[in-house]
Amino acid sequence: MFVDKDLQLNSLGKLKHFLSIQGQEQSLLTEILNTAESFADISAQQVKKFPLLRGKTIVNLFFENSTRTLATFELAATRLSADVLSMNIATSATSKGESLLDTIRNLEAMQVDMFVVRHSLSGAAHFIAQHTAPHISVINAGDGQHEHPTQAMLDMFTIRRAKQQFSGLRIAIVGDILHSRVARSQVHALNILGAEEVRVIAPKTLLPVEVESLGVSVYHDLTAGLKNVDVIIMLRLQKERMNSALLPSESEYFKCFGLSDEKLKIANKDAIVMHPGPINRGVEISSSVADGPQSVILQQVTNGIAVRMAIMSMAMQSNNARAE
Amino acid sequence: MRIAIFNGHIIDPANKLDELAGLYIEDGKIVAIGDAPAGFEPQTLIDAQGKIVCPGFIDLSTRLREPGQTHKATIQSETHAAASAGFTCLCIPPDTRPVIDTPEVLELIKDKAEQCAYKHIYPIAALTQKLAGKELSCMYALKQAGCIAVGHAQAAIQDLLVLRRAMEYAATHDLLLMYCPQESALSNQGCAHEGAMASRYGLSGIPVAAETIALMQCIELIEQTGCRVHFRGLSSGRAVSLIAKAKQSGLAVTADVGMHHLHLCDTDMRPFDSHYHVLPPLRSQQDKEALLAGVQDGIIDAICSDHQPHDVDAKLGAFPETEPGMATIEAVLPLMLRLVEQGNLDLVQGIASLSEFPAKILAINAGHLAIGGIADVCIFDAHEKWQINQQTWQSRGQNTPFWQDAMLGRVCFTIQAGKVIYSQ
Repeated sequence: MFVDKDLQLNSLGKLKHFLSIQGQEQSLLTEILNTAESFADISAQQVKKFPLLRGKTIVNLFFENSTRTLATFELAATRLSADVLSMNIATSATSKGESLLDTIRNLEAMQVDMFVVRHSLSGAAHFIAQHTAPHISVINAGDGQHEHPTQAMLDMFTIRRAKQQFSGLRIAIVGDILHSRVARSQVHALNILGAEEVRVIAPKTLLPVEVESLGVSVYHDLTAGLKNVDVIIMLRLQKERMNSALLPSESEYFKCFGLSDEKLKIANKDAIVMHPGPINRGVEISSSVADGPQSVILQQVTNGIAVRMAIMSMAMQSNNARAE
Repeated sequence: MRIAIFNGHIIDPANKLDELAGLYIEDGKIVAIGDAPAGFEPQTLIDAQGKIVCPGFIDLSTRLREPGQTHKATIQSETHAAASAGFTCLCIPPDTRPVIDTPEVLELIKDKAEQCAYKHIYPIAALTQKLAGKELSCMYALKQAGCIAVGHAQAAIQDLLVLRRAMEYAATHDLLLMYCPQESALSNQGCAHEGAMASRYGLSGIPVAAETIALMQCIELIEQTGCRVHFRGLSSGRAVSLIAKAKQSGLAVTADVGMHHLHLCDTDMRPFDSHYHVLPPLRSQQDKEALLAGVQDGIIDAICSDHQPHDVDAKLGAFPETEPGMATIEAVLPLMLRLVEQGNLDLVQGIASLSEFPAKILAINAGHLAIGGIADVCIFDAHEKWQINQQTWQSRGQNTPFWQDAMLGRVCFTIQAGKVIYSQ
C-alpha cells in the first residue's frame, strides 16, 4: 500500500491536493517552508493582506470539532484575500459515505475552489479528493488517525527556525502515538527532511504495532529516550484513554511520561519543547515547562498561519496553472 | 434431457479420473463416462475439445442478499453469476434480513431459488435467534426444513456459555456448525490487519489473536460437546497451525479459506481503496503464504468464494465506514488457475478444493462425477483470456479489487442436475 502521489500533484508535478506527508518529495516540503518564510516576514508587518487568492472561495469543512486549526485556516485564507466559509458539521458514528459525498456535491454546486477538510475517519480527505470536481483542491486538516500534514509542516517550520537545519537533529515524540495523526505526519516529514533520528516514547498501549516500520526508534522509558535530544514534541493525552484500559491514571502517566523540569534537563541544553495543543497541564507536560524558556508552543500557533497560507496558495496556483 | 459431452478432458478428483473421455447425462443423472450407452440419443451435444470437464463447484459461503437487501443483489442475479462461474451448489449464510432463523425464511429462499431455476441452494440456519448470540434457534425445525448446517455468519457470540450450549444442541441434532472465528472484543471494530500497513495509514487493526483465540476456544468446546465444526474463512498462518494441531489430535474439524486471501495481502491494498475492505482482513504476506501451504498440505480442506456483493453506496466513503466484503464468485476459477500457473497448486487439487472437499465437509452426495450420481458438471477452458468488466461480469456487485484485471480461464457450460444452466 502506498499513497498515490499522483493524487496530490497535478500533471505538471505541482501541489494540487495536500493530503499526506507520506509520499512527498523533500523539495516540495522545502518549498512549502520557504514560501511560508516569505509570508511570515510580511505577516509581521502592519498590512497583512495579500491579493493572491482574491475571488477564490475556500470552504473549511470540519466534521470534527476544532478551534485553533479552524481559526488559523480561516485567518490564513482571509490574509490571502479569499472568501471563506467555515462549516462545523457534527457527525454521528452512523453517518454514511453518501452523506459525506452529498455534502461535497452540494458545496461544489456553489462553485468553491478549495476544501479544507477535517474528519474523524482515516482516509476521508483522500476520499473527498478522489470524488470532488477536478478544479477543486483538497487540504487535509486531519483525518482520523492517519495524517495531519499542515500541522506537521508548521512544526517543521518551527523546528527549522529554531535549529536552522534538520540534518543532525534528534527528535523525540512523546505520548499517544497510536491515536495521533500529528505524530504520523511528523515522523514522515522529519524523515523526508533528513533528521538524524526520530524517536517515539510511549507505553506499549499507546504505540501502533510495528511502529519501527515508519522509521523511528522506540523507547518506553522517558529518561532513556530524552538523552541527546534536540527537539521534544509532547502529544496531547485524550482523557478517554483512561476509560478504554489503555492507561491506569493521569497521575501515573505524568510520572512515567510527563515532561517536568527535571526530565527536560536530560535532553540537550538547547532543546526546544513543542506541543500541537491543546495542552493538558500536569498530564503530559508541567506548566513550568510549557511556559518556560525552551517552549516554542505559542510560536507553533503563530507559524501555523504562514504555513497554511503557503500550502493554500501553492495548491491554488497549481490549479490556476492548469486552467491557463 | 439427454446430453452428450464429448472430446473433453475429464478431471474428477473424487474418482481419480484424469483422461479424455465422453460424459453422458440423462434425466438429471450421469449415465456413462467413456463410451455412450447403447442406443443413447442425445438432445444436446457439447463438443468439449480442449476443455476440462469437472464436477460443478460447491461454494461454502455465498451472499445472495435476498431477502432484505435486494438493492445490493438478488437471488436471480447472484445464482446467475454463480452459474456463469461454474458453481452448482451454494451455501447461504444466515445473515439475510430477516435472518434465517425460522423455517419460513429458509423456505422462502428455497422457493425463490427454484423460481430462478437454480436447484441446489443450501441455507445455513442461524445458530441463535436473530443471530443475537443469546437464545438458541429452533435447530430441529430448521433441520427438518432443510438447512445444511448452522452458523452465525460474522455476528459475534460474546457469551461462551451460549456457544457451548448451542454446540451441544447442534450436536444433539447432528448438525454441522460453520464457525467464523473472530473474538469481537479483540477485533475492537477494526477494519484492517493489525500490522505495519494499518499503523502507517491510521486504520484500526484487527490482531491475528482475534481469530486464533476464538478458534482455540471453539476447539476446546468441540472436545467438550462433540459438535461437528467447520471453520470458515481463516486468514492467518497461526490459525492454520492450530487447525493442523487439532487434526493431528484426532478432532474431526475442517476449514476453508476465501480465494482472495490466497492472492492478496495487506501490502497489496491501494490506499484507502474500500474494495480491499474485507472481514477477516487481508493479512501479511507470511499469512498468505501459510494459508497457501495449508491448502497444499490439506490442512485447509476447501477454498470458498465468500462472495459478498454490495451496492455502490456501501463502498463509497472513508475506508473504515465502508461495508466489508468482496464480490468474488466469478473470479474464483481464474484465480484458482492462477495458483496452478504460479506452481502453487496442482490442478486436480484445485478442482477438488472447489468440489470434492466442500461436498465432504457438507456430507452431500455431490462434487464428483459418478455413474448414477446427480449430473452437476462444469466445463471450462483453462486458456481463454478475458477481462473482468461491465460486459463480462454477471453479479450485481461490482465491488472487486480485480475489476478490469486480465483473467485466464473461463467457464463454457454449467450443468446442474442434468440441465444446462449456463452456456457462454
